[in-house]
Amino acid sequence: MAEPHARSDRVRATSRWHWLLVVPVLVPLLVFLYDGKDPRLFGFPRFYWLQLAFILLGVSSTALVYRLTRVGPSDRGTES
Amino acid sequence: MSQHITEIVIATIIFVAVSAMGFIAARWRRPENMAHLDEWGLGGRSFGSWITWFLVGGDLYTAYTFVAVPALLFGAGATGFFAVPYTVIVYPMVFVILIRLWSVSHRHGFVTPADFVRARTGSSTVALLVAITGIVATMPYIALQLVGIESVLKAMHVNPTWALIIAFAILAAYTYQSGLRAPALIAFVKDALIYIIILIAIIYIPYKLGGWHKIFDAADAKFAKTNGTLLNHANQWQYVTLAFGSALALFLYPHSITGVLASRNRGVIKRNMAALPAYSLLLGLIALLGYMAIAAKVKPIASNGTVDTNTVVPVLFDQMFPHWLAGIAFAAVAIGALVPAAIMAIAAANLFTRNIYKEYLKRDATPAQEATASKIASLVVKAGAVVVILAISPQFSIDLQLIGGVIILQTLPAVAIGLYTSWLHRWGLVAGWVAGMGLGMWMLYQIPNIATKHRHFGGSAFPLANWFDPTVIHLDAKTTMYVGFIAVLTNLVVAVLVTLLCRALRAADGVDRTRPDDYLADEGDARATPPTEDQLPEPVPTA
Repeated sequence: MAEPHARSDRVRATSRWHWLLVVPVLVPLLVFLYDGKDPRLFGFPRFYWLQLAFILLGVSSTALVYRLTRVGPSDRGTES
Repeated sequence: MSQHITEIVIATIIFVAVSAMGFIAARWRRPENMAHLDEWGLGGRSFGSWITWFLVGGDLYTAYTFVAVPALLFGAGATGFFAVPYTVIVYPMVFVILIRLWSVSHRHGFVTPADFVRARTGSSTVALLVAITGIVATMPYIALQLVGIESVLKAMHVNPTWALIIAFAILAAYTYQSGLRAPALIAFVKDALIYIIILIAIIYIPYKLGGWHKIFDAADAKFAKTNGTLLNHANQWQYVTLAFGSALALFLYPHSITGVLASRNRGVIKRNMAALPAYSLLLGLIALLGYMAIAAKVKPIASNGTVDTNTVVPVLFDQMFPHWLAGIAFAAVAIGALVPAAIMAIAAANLFTRNIYKEYLKRDATPAQEATASKIASLVVKAGAVVVILAISPQFSIDLQLIGGVIILQTLPAVAIGLYTSWLHRWGLVAGWVAGMGLGMWMLYQIPNIATKHRHFGGSAFPLANWFDPTVIHLDAKTTMYVGFIAVLTNLVVAVLVTLLCRALRAADGVDRTRPDDYLADEGDARATPPTEDQLPEPVPTA
């Protein structure tokens, strides 16, 4: 690690993207969005399929923030 | 009995094979020197993305979860589904916090959350509180894993006592020998088995029951009085606060932190935060097994006059699956209990070693002595769990586990907020902990459980009407909220107020041994050289 301080600066510079993570935390807590039956999907009431769909929201937001904040060699993801 | 022979034989064979893996794990990625807590207790801090995914997944989504969440949907309906939002919001919530914790622990060689608190606050009192809270919250969790195994044994009509003792003795032996490498290796098998079983279950069982429509309709009919398979005005606040509070608590548990600190670098953790929700999907589908059990008219097994709803999933498998497949499913649940039980025992043992043994009993302990102390402590922890389950009652550990979530939350200001700022004064942290813990216990004490005929500690949903009339603030008269959520808010408010008071009185701050850059360090960055005691300025007593 030749320049840890330079990397720290880059970490700080990209950290504003972390605010995006508020969205997948907030949305699954809004009960009025999903506390209903219709529309059904594959027999699932909305309460169940929509909350399962929030998993996709969580994964995509987290993956996006990961991509936007990649700065160090450990973020390249070549190891097993 | 005879109809269960196939199941018992298959489950036993898989269990024995997996136990053998646990012993072999000591040689897997073998270090030069196993007699060090970094090796025994953190697997050499070397796990990459895949191993971490299986390890942390096996650690957080325990056998008890797989048994208890569907049991909750079976017994109480929609409220049990809180496990899904809970495990969806937790990863974005802790994304930043965990990489900061990893970095500062990497720089300073921390093994436990209390190690961090010790260095951050400069207060051995706060660190001791965090360590004890962690151990107390973890112990019943380990015992609960036994409840998971027990439910499977009951479904196979095997006498649980001896089977449980043997299973835990084997677990204790290979954890002693292999440390964190054992659950890491076994987690692969456990998850592979559980994924296969659940995939089969969610296709095969609805097919046999006539489709998802029928399953939800059956559940709707059962809960017709309480708004069917939806929430109602009285329990939706409980649903939200329980999901949020549980998410706050999850990564405060020492065993979750052990899994995180065992990873190789920051990138591994970030990738896992995006990949771990795959388990939440699995959990959501497993939860719905509870409704399938309703549609399949499953009767949970009763023993000693009390109905054990935790047996609904094993009984459902027993009813719906061919015997050989049920055998594999039971083995999956049993192994699913061993992975988290091992990690929890290691985490509790590390807390004891680092924050009690080394801090108070033997300050000059060598790394080899630390490793030995931890290995022995892990044996004691597991023996204690077996005794609690067999001698007292499983219900006791279920109640304790409920309390565990509330008490571990009280370490939030010291650990999670501490990762961002050292502004909170050490006495503020102590005062907040006392206030949150006291209030939480007092609230839990007032909650009865009608099903188990307990008058106290019967649940985590606190009726606001005990305090004031909720209709005044336009809430339903029967509105309930999660005790942990209210307790941790109180903790925070008290911590802030006492901090302001300490500042006003010019009470001395603790010495923070960490530096801002420590929180951004990554693999390959040098470890900080620990300053010796005499290099640090002494905290000045209050004037």
